[in-house]
Amino acid sequence: MMAGNVSIRLASERVNPSVYSGAVLPRFYTPGEVISGMKDYMRGHGTYAEDDCLKASVAGVMQKVNKLICIRPLKNRYVGEIGDVVVGRVLEVQQRRWKIDTNSRLDSVLQLSSVNLPGGELRRRSVEDEQMMRQLLQEGDLISAEVQNVFSDGSLSLHTRSLKYGKLKQGILLKVFPSLIKRRKNHFHNLPCGISVIIGNNGYIWISPNVQDVTVQEQKDEIANSDLQPVNQTDRETMARIRNCIAALVTSKMMLDDTSITYAYEESLKYESVKSLLDPEAMLDVAFLTQHRIKEMTQE
Amino acid sequence: MANLLLSPLEKMYILHGVRDDCRSDGRTNIDYRPMELETDVVSHASGSARLRLANTDILVGVKTEIDLPNNDQPGYGKLEFFVDCSANATPEFEGRGGEQLANSISNMMQKAYQSSDAFDLKQLCIFEGKQCWKLYIDILILECGGNLCDAVSLAVKAALYNTRLPSVKTALLDGGNVDLQLSDDPYDNKLLNVDLAPLLVTLCKIGDKFVVDPSAEEENCSVISLIVGATGNKTNYNIDNKKNESCTDSKCTTIVMNGSGSLAPKTLKNAIKQGIEAVQFLDQALGQALLRERRENVTMKKYSYGFLK
Repeated sequence: MMAGNVSIRLASERVNPSVYSGAVLPRFYTPGEVISGMKDYMRGHGTYAEDDCLKASVAGVMQKVNKLICIRPLKNRYVGEIGDVVVGRVLEVQQRRWKIDTNSRLDSVLQLSSVNLPGGELRRRSVEDEQMMRQLLQEGDLISAEVQNVFSDGSLSLHTRSLKYGKLKQGILLKVFPSLIKRRKNHFHNLPCGISVIIGNNGYIWISPNVQDVTVQEQKDEIANSDLQPVNQTDRETMARIRNCIAALVTSKMMLDDTSITYAYEESLKYESVKSLLDPEAMLDVAFLTQHRIKEMTQE
Repeated sequence: MANLLLSPLEKMYILHGVRDDCRSDGRTNIDYRPMELETDVVSHASGSARLRLANTDILVGVKTEIDLPNNDQPGYGKLEFFVDCSANATPEFEGRGGEQLANSISNMMQKAYQSSDAFDLKQLCIFEGKQCWKLYIDILILECGGNLCDAVSLAVKAALYNTRLPSVKTALLDGGNVDLQLSDDPYDNKLLNVDLAPLLVTLCKIGDKFVVDPSAEEENCSVISLIVGATGNKTNYNIDNKKNESCTDSKCTTIVMNGSGSLAPKTLKNAIKQGIEAVQFLDQALGQALLRERRENVTMKKYSYGFLK
């Protein structure tokens, strides 16, 4: 009846996922490491002063602006900037606002006044709207949004006042390190393979089937129904492949943008079955070939 | 497990995926994610193993102690399971948060190992009625990425396979007290026979189908999961790689149901059958990995990989 696929590898057979990029590696600082004598420099983020020395408080690389020294950590939570595209999950419905998890240190806020009401009306939000909030977005829902404002404590205020933002439908959410996301003008991509990807600056990546053709005409109730339609098998496989490709790039610590994802997808096509991309060797192979193509492209 | 939030449409996507036999990462309903195993990771334990299955990370250490056998079982040794949920896995495990989960896993393991067809406790006997070995099996859950039970059972079996009991040189009966002399030589030891040790398989019911090795998201979508424990197979641990004709069938040792849902008798029967089959595949893969590792380290281990990547 079944031939289950089980693979157990030993630690000694572990694949080293790192891909040589050719770039000169910057100097890494570890917490507590002395950066310089205190007198001539200013203390920035990720540093502290002790015994007349400036020391790193996080593991990362140094950034120097004139006399200001900062250590940028290798792994951290998302630090938002105005205009960033993020993918987030609704944690709580509160008075006139939603609490959103965006992988930052503090939960972000989505005000009722910064969403588009259904029907596209522009008006003051009434008490009725407040009572309807849970119908708009409920706990657990995923949204794409833009950072509207950064508060002094670092928490973010989001807005979805554009048709491209809003509630996300069927698809896969993948969480990666925010530092691996390349900042681009556009973070919404319709890949040539017929899948759309939202690469949130906060490290949440949303993979969903391409739905642009539905929104053109049709009655509204049919659009609503289309959300509940099962995704077809080919799209599902392509989405799984893209998911695994992104996972492969992430294990090899490669930067993510539409180019690298498309390249990885194309290189992965030589592996016929999608699940074989879970294998560490295949993952390394895909990442390596992608790195190679990116390098070729930048040289031209 | 952890209170993971999923939107209704995400759940629907997973549900349809299971129905179409194509999950979010391209696996079919009966595929396991790749695992990584290392035995002998803790140098001061008698036996240890670390298993990583996707994001689930389990460390198992086996400690041996000399104990008095129970009065009703004079010729048997003892096994004791203890599960510790590290707060590193999820913040909810902090303090006593993981206690309930830990107790349920250790009870499950205890039950699975209880049968003499699963683990022969006689091999832990030193002096009948007077002294026996007691194995403390400490399971540490370092990270939760779904499918804890399967990972725990695999790691426990690997750790027991790796366990070395010191050889008993002499055992003298001195006026009712037993005087034991253990060998000082670390190489002079005896391995346990764990060929038949049981493995657990979690079958998650999502929609109408059962799924093996669920991810944390998939666990969230199911109302009921069935954990089937079944014994291993001797031939999988045969060093000579000779195919033994007397291939014993796996025997079911424990069944646990988790969750609020219910199962029809027929579905339950099918699920148990599917679970036992999955155990056979798991056991085969585990046997191959353990034999490979033993061949690599004939006497003592040279290099420990541990947690460094």
